[in-house]
Amino acid sequence: MNAIYILWLRELKKYSRSRAQIVASLGQPMLYLLVLGFGLGPVFQKAGGGSYVQFIAPGIIGMSVLFTSIFSGIALLWDRQFGFLKETLVAPVPRIRIMIGRTLGGATVAILQGLLVATVCLIAGFRPVSLVLIPVGFLFMIGIAVVFAALGTAIGSGLQDMQGFQLIMNFLVLPIFFLSGALFPLTNVPKPLAIVTSLDPLSYGVDGLRAALIGTSHFGMLLDAAVLGAFAAGLLFLGAWRFSKIEI
Amino acid sequence: MIQAKNLVKRFGDFAAVNDVSFEVPKGEIFAFLGPNGAGKTTTIKILTTLLRPSSGSVQIDGLDPTEHQNEARQRFGIVFQDPSLDQDLTCWENMELHGVLYHVPRRIRRQRSGELLKLFELWDRRDAQVKTFSGGMKRRLEIARGFLHTPKILFLDEPTLGLDPQSRNQLWNHVKKLNAEEQVTVFLTTHYMDEADRVAQRIAVIDHGRVVAMGTSQELKAQTQSESLEEAFLALTGTTIRDETASATDQLRQVARMWRR
Repeated sequence: MNAIYILWLRELKKYSRSRAQIVASLGQPMLYLLVLGFGLGPVFQKAGGGSYVQFIAPGIIGMSVLFTSIFSGIALLWDRQFGFLKETLVAPVPRIRIMIGRTLGGATVAILQGLLVATVCLIAGFRPVSLVLIPVGFLFMIGIAVVFAALGTAIGSGLQDMQGFQLIMNFLVLPIFFLSGALFPLTNVPKPLAIVTSLDPLSYGVDGLRAALIGTSHFGMLLDAAVLGAFAAGLLFLGAWRFSKIEI
Repeated sequence: MIQAKNLVKRFGDFAAVNDVSFEVPKGEIFAFLGPNGAGKTTTIKILTTLLRPSSGSVQIDGLDPTEHQNEARQRFGIVFQDPSLDQDLTCWENMELHGVLYHVPRRIRRQRSGELLKLFELWDRRDAQVKTFSGGMKRRLEIARGFLHTPKILFLDEPTLGLDPQSRNQLWNHVKKLNAEEQVTVFLTTHYMDEADRVAQRIAVIDHGRVVAMGTSQELKAQTQSESLEEAFLALTGTTIRDETASATDQLRQVARMWRR
């Protein structure tokens, strides 16, 4: 328990000390929110979709949680490179606890980042439709954070160098984001796209966020929660297994 | 206390450690000497559960570290050859984290951290982030941290690399004290022959992944008819300079250094 706590705390300390990085990581979501939100807003409105800022705000929150949590896992690469990983790997603590501490820490940081982006969304004019459902939205944020922090750990455990990192960024993280329906409604998309988006765990996370925050849902909130939970369990298992196999 | 039998570690078709056997009894200070790339660090990594051997077996206090990883880890402490600190945390936080991971009770942890940081003259900078430290200070912190808990076996992988003579002196005095008072078994590697001569009770010389000689400093000198351990070492391993291939991690470090500037 102690080891889990101190490694969790370490992630939070590192986050709170990287102020420049926190500000920088707000840049991308704000671009999407403001430029896409207000740029495509009129077209979206004319097509009968209502307010586009309302629509993409949950998607943007989901995106920032996705990026922060998956990168916290991939930060294993940095710890490997600065040597700190060794220090934790030879410690007399079962690796599963080290993995859990890191992953929960990463997930917590991602949730904080998500809340920060949610605040920006509120300032930009986003309004949740129901106060009662806000805690449910928060639960979906936690779900997204855990799923992708675990995925990040699973990937980070095997990464050896920067080239691998670029590969993951372009062929995994960005597709997860763009195929999640964060930017467009999943109703009436062409069949192939519908199939791919339904395989993306973030689709269910963002859909759950939308269900809670703006009251519209494609899959239904219960299915969202079930799929996200299943992915979380599976990826935590995979991450723990991969982490236990690390050799330096 | 430490035992290796016909230990082999291959990376692809390159054998970093090739049929190495040795035994270190309890309470001994044992030095592992060898040129760069001889297989010293790889051997330590296998003994400390960071790598699995390709074949052969090792034992730590009667336990196989490949099978009983966690039990084996409870028995040793290690000071790594390359950095292993968290640069974003402060000096004190690095000590705390280590203490918690090694189950040192809070009161003892705080007390010993204080003593060690004072001993290695880091106390005044305890609340500074490690990334603001000089190379020598980081090294001193690594060593202070390694002494925070008292293990049965202490691995020191080139601990004096980049240390000034004062800190070196402190380090070896502390090692000798631990060895004498608490019968800590010490397994060390170094490139400074005078240190090995002064501290170690027995020495193994390893080259190209094989042990080429083993014995006390006197025995090695007698065997090679040399005046000093340095001469004996050169007689055993030749005078050519070795190249180590940079691993992916080393390359990554270079990239990261450029990024940070």
